[in-house]
Amino acid sequence: MTALLDVYGLHASYGPTRVLHGLSFSVSDRGVTTLLGGNGAGKTTTLRAICGMVARTGEITFAGQTITRSSTEHIARLGVAHVPDGRGTFTRLTVEENLELGAITRRDRNDVVDDLERVFGYFPVLQKRRGQQAGTLSGGEQQMLAIGRALMLRPRLMLLDEPSFGLAPRLVHELFDILTTLNKREGVSLLLVEQNAALALELADHAYLLETGRIVFSGAAREIREDEKIRRSYLGY
Amino acid sequence: MPAPSEEMMEAIAEPAVPEVSAPRLVGHRSVIFATLAIALVLPFLVQSFLTFQLTLVLVYAIAIIGLNLLTGFNGQFSLGHSAFYALGAYVAAMLMDKVNFPYAATLPVAGIACFVFGFLFGLPALRLEGVYLALATFALAVATPQILKLSPLEYWTGGVQGIVISKPDAPYGLPLTQDQWLYFFTLLVTVIMTLLAHNLVASRTGRAMMAIRDNPTAARSMGINIALYKSLTFGVSALYTGVAGALGAIVVQFVAPDSFTFFLSITLLVGLVVGGVGWIPGAFFGGAFVLFVPNFAESISKGLSGAVYGVMIILLIFMLPTGAAGLVRAVTQRLRGQNIR
Amino acid sequence: MELLLQQILAGLATGTIYACIALAIVMTYQAIGHLNFAQGEMAMFSTFIAWQLTQWGAPYWVAFFVTVAVSFAGGVLIELIVLRPIQHAPVLSHVAVFIGLLAILNSLAGFLWDFNVKPFPTPFGTAPLFANGFIDAHQAGMIAVTLFLLAFLYVFFRFTRVGLAMRAAAHDPVSARLVGIRVGWMTALGWGMAAAIGAIAGMMIAPVVFLEPNMMLGVLLYGFAGAVLGGLTSPAGAVIGGLIVGVIENLAGTFIPVIGGELKLTIALAIIVVVLVMKPQGLLGRPVLHRV
Ligand SMILES: Nc1ncnc2c1ncn2[C@@H]1O[C@H](COP(=O)(O)OP(=O)(O)OP(=O)(O)O)[C@@H](O)[C@H]1O
Ligand SMILES: [Mg+2]
Repeated sequence: MTALLDVYGLHASYGPTRVLHGLSFSVSDRGVTTLLGGNGAGKTTTLRAICGMVARTGEITFAGQTITRSSTEHIARLGVAHVPDGRGTFTRLTVEENLELGAITRRDRNDVVDDLERVFGYFPVLQKRRGQQAGTLSGGEQQMLAIGRALMLRPRLMLLDEPSFGLAPRLVHELFDILTTLNKREGVSLLLVEQNAALALELADHAYLLETGRIVFSGAAREIREDEKIRRSYLGY
Repeated sequence: MPAPSEEMMEAIAEPAVPEVSAPRLVGHRSVIFATLAIALVLPFLVQSFLTFQLTLVLVYAIAIIGLNLLTGFNGQFSLGHSAFYALGAYVAAMLMDKVNFPYAATLPVAGIACFVFGFLFGLPALRLEGVYLALATFALAVATPQILKLSPLEYWTGGVQGIVISKPDAPYGLPLTQDQWLYFFTLLVTVIMTLLAHNLVASRTGRAMMAIRDNPTAARSMGINIALYKSLTFGVSALYTGVAGALGAIVVQFVAPDSFTFFLSITLLVGLVVGGVGWIPGAFFGGAFVLFVPNFAESISKGLSGAVYGVMIILLIFMLPTGAAGLVRAVTQRLRGQNIR
Repeated sequence: MELLLQQILAGLATGTIYACIALAIVMTYQAIGHLNFAQGEMAMFSTFIAWQLTQWGAPYWVAFFVTVAVSFAGGVLIELIVLRPIQHAPVLSHVAVFIGLLAILNSLAGFLWDFNVKPFPTPFGTAPLFANGFIDAHQAGMIAVTLFLLAFLYVFFRFTRVGLAMRAAAHDPVSARLVGIRVGWMTALGWGMAAAIGAIAGMMIAPVVFLEPNMMLGVLLYGFAGAVLGGLTSPAGAVIGGLIVGVIENLAGTFIPVIGGELKLTIALAIIVVVLVMKPQGLLGRPVLHRV
C-alpha cells in the first residue's frame, strides 16, 4: 500500500514555543493510523499542523502533493476533513446548515443531497434535530454532528481528534463501528487521536506513540497491542 | 515655580509596570533626565508659537493618559472623552469668568467635577460592554456640544459664543513670557499627573484594573469588586481628561461648544493608538502626533490635508501596529542585545 | 392625535435613512466584527460618483447601477489594501485606520467636488403620495428600496451557499477554514456588499439632505445608534432600529418643550442608551463575544 499522507520532519510551534520536534509518520491509502500519547504530548498540535492551523516546517505530502505551505482551506478542498478537538461546530447555525457547510466546496450538488441522507442514516438523531441550533445539542450529539459534517466533504482522509470524547460507552462502540464501515466500505483513510488506546489500536493498522513532541515508538498496531511492556508503561492498560 | 524635585525624578525613573510588557527604555533614568532637561530648556530656544504648541502637546498627553488608564489598563472603550475634556474646560472657564477664581485653583475643581461625573457615568455604563459601551460614550460625546449650546444655560456657558478668558502672567516677577510661563506650569502638572498614573498602574489597584481587563471572570473569583473598580477607573480617567480640559482652556484662553465635538474624542483615540495602548509614556508621542501631523499635512497640501493626515495615520499603523510603544520596545531589545554581547 | 400620527410617519420617513446606513454598518460588522467609522464617508463618496456620472449625462438608473458596482469593487479593494495587512492588529488599531480612511475620503471628496451643497436627483419624484401630504414619493421610494434590500439580504444569507459560507466565516473563521471556506474572500465580499449597500443608502439620502462631503456625519451617528439598538447582528434589527431612532428623534423634537428641538439627537441617544442598559444585546441581537 502506498502512503496517502506522508509527514517528514514536522516541527510546529505556537509563537516562540516549539511543540513538535521533527515527527515523521504516514497514513496509508485506505489505512488507519493512530497517534497515542499522554496529555500535552502534541497529538492535537500534530493534526493542526497537518491542516496548516499552526506554524510548521518540514515536509507534508498528501496524495502526492506537497501541502506544507498550503492554507487550511486549500487542504480541506483537497479532501482532508478535520474533526477538531472541541468539535468546532458552528454553534449558531442549524444542524442542517452545519452539514451543508461540510459540503460547501463540492461541485456535485446532486450527490450532496444523497450524502445528507447517508449521514442521517448513520446518525438518526441529527435528522430529528436538523432545524435546531447546533449550540443547543448535547455534547455527544455535537460530536456526531462534527463527524457528520466531516463526512459531507466526502473526504479521502479524516483527521479525528478524540472522537469518543464525551460519548456514552454504548455510543463509543457505535461510533467505532461507523468509523470501521467508513474505512472498510468507503475507503476513507483515518488518522485517529484517541485517549481510549485499546479501541484505537483495534481499528488501526499503524500506531505512533508521542511523548513531548517526539515519536518514541511506532509499529503495526497489532505489535503494540501485544507488547505487554509498551502497553503498561505508555498506554496504562 | 517649584522645579520637579529630585525624588520626583527618581520616582519617574522607576520601571513603570513590570506586569505589562512595557518598554523599559523610557523607564531608564538617563532617558528621563535627558527628556526633562530638553523639556526645560526648549521654551528658551524656540519661538513662542512653538512653545504654545508644545504646551498643547502636554495638554493632549494628559488627556490621552486618562484615556489610556481606562482603555489600555482597564479594557473599557470610550468615544466620549471629549465630554470630560469639555466639562473640565468649562468648569475652569466659568470659575475664572464668573467668580474670578485663580487659574491654578480651577484644576483641582475641574478634576473633582470630572471624577464625580465620570464615576456616576461609569455606574450604569458598567452593564455595557464593547460596542454598547462605545455607543453610550459616543452618545455622551454627541450630546456635549448640544448641551453647551442650550439656551437656558447661556448665562453660564456663553451659549454658542463660549467664554473668553485672559492669559495669566508669570508670578513673582519671573522673567518669562506668558507663553513660557504657561508651558512650565503645564509641564509641572504633566509631570505630576504622569507620575501619579505610573504609581497607580503599579499599585495593587492598578493590578486589579488589569486583572479585570484580562479576565473578568478570574478577577471576580479573586474577590475583586469589578463594578467598583470599573467605575473608579472611569472616574480617574475622566479626572485626567478634565484636568487636561481645564489646562487647555487656560492655554487657548477660550472655550466654545464646537471645540468639543465627537472629533475631539476621535483625536484622543488616535493619539492613544499612535502612542501605544497600555503604555503611559506613549501619550507624549500621541499628543505630538495629533498636534503636529495635521499641521504638517496642511503644509504638504492645503486642499488634501485631511487625506494626507489619513494616509499618515494608516501608514503609521501599518508600520507600527502597536504604536510608538512597539517601536520603543523593538529599539530597547536591540540595545539590550548589544549590551549583552 | 393627528399631530402624533403625522410626526410618527415623518419619523419613519427619516428613520428609513438611518435604517439604510444601519444596514451597511451591520453588514460590515458581520463581516469583520468591527464598527466601521468610515462607512458614512464611503457612502458619501459613492454618491458623489453617481452625481458625477449624471453630470456626464448618464441616465439615473445607469448611474445608480454603475455606482453600486464601482462601490462594491471599492469596498473589496479597501479590504484588500487597507485592512488585510492589519487583520491581526488590536481593535483600536482598526479604529484608527477607519478614522484615517474617513479623513482621506472626506478630504478627497472636498478636493474633487468642493464643499458646496449640490442637489441630487431622485428617481421617484417628490409629489405627495397621499392628499394629506404625510409622505412624499421619494420617501415612499426610499422605504421600498430599503425593504427590498432587506429582503435581498435575507434571501442571500438564508438560501444561498455564498451567504451560508459568509455567515460561517463570520461566526467561526477557524472552523470555516476547516470546511474549505476561503475566509479572506468572504471578508472582502462582506466589505464589497457593505460598500454597495452604503452607496444605495447614500443615493437615497442625498436628495433629502443634499450632497456635500459632510452630509453623512449626522446620518452616520443615527445609523450607528439604529444598528446598535437593533443588536448589530441582525439586518432586520438594523432596519427596525433605524426606524425607531427616526421616530424617537421626531417625537422628542416635537413634544418635549424648549430643549426638545435643541437636544433632539441627545434625547434620542439617551433613550437608546437606557434601552441598552435594560437590554444589553440590543432588540434583535445575539450576545456579542467581547468584540468591538
Ligand atoms: N494555543 C496554544 N498556545 C501555546 N501552547 C499550546 C497551545 N496549544 C497547545 N499548546 C501546548 O502544546 C503542547 C501540546 O499540546 P497538544 O494540545 O498538542 O497536546 P495533546 O497531545 O493533544 O494533549 P491532550 O491529550 O491533553 O489533548 C502542550 O504542552 C500545550 O501546552
Ligand atoms: Mg488534544
